[in-house]
Amino acid sequence: MKEILDILEKNAKLTVAEVAVLTGLDEKDVSTAIAEYEQDSVILGYKAIINWDKTDTDLITAIIEVKLVPQRDKGFDSIAERIYKYPQVKACWLMSGSYDLSVMIEGKHIKEVAMFVSEKLAVIDGVFSTATHFVLKKYKDGNIIFEGIEKDDREAIVL
Amino acid sequence: MSSPEKYVKNSVREMPPSGIRKYFDLINEMEDVISLGIGEPDFITPWQIREAGIYALEKGRTHYSANAGIRELRDEISEYLKRKYDIAYDAADEIIVTVGASEGIDLALKAILEPGDEVVVPEPSFVAYKGCVNVSGGIPVSLELKEENLFKIDPAELEAAITEKTKAVIIPFPNNPTGSVMTGEELEEVVKVLKNKDVVIISDEIYSELTYGFEFRSLATFPEIKEKLIVVNGFSKSHAMTGWRIGFVCGNKEIIKHMFKIHQYTLMCAPTPAQYAGIEALRNCDAEVERMIKEYDRRRKFILNGIRDLGLKCFEPQGAFYIFPNITSTGLSSDEFCEGLLKSERVLMVPGTAFGDCGEGYVRATYASSLENIKEALVRTERFIKGLQEK
Repeated sequence: MKEILDILEKNAKLTVAEVAVLTGLDEKDVSTAIAEYEQDSVILGYKAIINWDKTDTDLITAIIEVKLVPQRDKGFDSIAERIYKYPQVKACWLMSGSYDLSVMIEGKHIKEVAMFVSEKLAVIDGVFSTATHFVLKKYKDGNIIFEGIEKDDREAIVL
Repeated sequence: MSSPEKYVKNSVREMPPSGIRKYFDLINEMEDVISLGIGEPDFITPWQIREAGIYALEKGRTHYSANAGIRELRDEISEYLKRKYDIAYDAADEIIVTVGASEGIDLALKAILEPGDEVVVPEPSFVAYKGCVNVSGGIPVSLELKEENLFKIDPAELEAAITEKTKAVIIPFPNNPTGSVMTGEELEEVVKVLKNKDVVIISDEIYSELTYGFEFRSLATFPEIKEKLIVVNGFSKSHAMTGWRIGFVCGNKEIIKHMFKIHQYTLMCAPTPAQYAGIEALRNCDAEVERMIKEYDRRRKFILNGIRDLGLKCFEPQGAFYIFPNITSTGLSSDEFCEGLLKSERVLMVPGTAFGDCGEGYVRATYASSLENIKEALVRTERFIKGLQEK
């Protein structure tokens, strides 16, 4: 059944019937398994991977290194929660190493991101410091290469 | 004959061109063709292998290598064969690194055939066997693989095909174009026939990594035939390395040492950067190979299901990356089917007759193509078949 996850992770657009053929399982079993995965939050959602640079949408991504002062009994979790609940925060990871949280933020322009950091993030109790890094170009994201994808340019027939 | 063609030797002049040559010309004038006609992986060589090749170039490893291949690579091959198939070949004198597995086949035939020697060639099979036998002065003798036998060798028919003139038998499994694979037990029966015959066995195991649902067994695991066995294998299909031109051949050192001389005088060595890439392929790429096999297996199920849904009878392939549907129900010959499908729907499959006369009534499609391509090809093929029925 794990193969279903593997297949959907690569292409969530496949129909239940197609997944059934690819795995050699019954359609019914596939649809039950998917329903269970959804219920158990193994599958958390389905979405398209979009290269916004190719549209006329303004979008800027920043990675913010956040150092925290851990709180008694709660460690980092409660501060992290206060941070990741903001819709601007697209990803939030607890890290090993020289800082504690890695926070990915998206905004329309630099100013918007800067305002968020200075007015919302940096002032949270327990946030010790922040360092903001703006993303200049996305080469690969979500295991997908954004540009210069190698095309199938084989000869149409050989021998 | 007054044309300069007269200088070309008879056996070559009389050799028929590849049965699919006309499709090259047809395709050149067409756009938007979905080709299921290619006998190679659609995957590009895994990056770490390419990287190793690039590194070899950067380091200036651009010279001839040892004729038999870089020792480090031969050691890896020996180790790989042990690890994967539990067969033992000594890197020192039982393995030659060749320019693709095709060179291995050619080398073997050149080394063993006297003029007029017969070679049993099961068919349908890879288009080059017969040509190579002819060029080496031998006479190919077809052994028909039948759909009712799941395109496997029938031991009794093999026994009957071997005569006093037979010098060698080619064993081509997993098979191109049928996708048939012989199990260990089935091979045992074949070995029972072969062990009593004074013939060389050339086992083309180039698709050995690509079996679905069961373990591949190499003929080299049978000690009773090993001394007269030549195993041909390579990196092209397993590691998606067709363009690197690198393969290998293994056998008893008393045979290999003579094949080595031909290799030395004709090819010198396999491309050196490709050999360095090959080391990386065998040493660190099992996971990449696994990933590709898994993907082929899914597409295999998909295309089999799709073709059967079109109402075509179709043997379930268990190896390589080809499917060989029976198209006789359409009332067309293999060639008519492929030409019609290409001209009207721009989908390319290869007529079964390209792989031997007994391939009539079948076409070969590869599933070494993206799932999107396969889906679209099935839609177009369905339209083609429906169009036939309306006529």
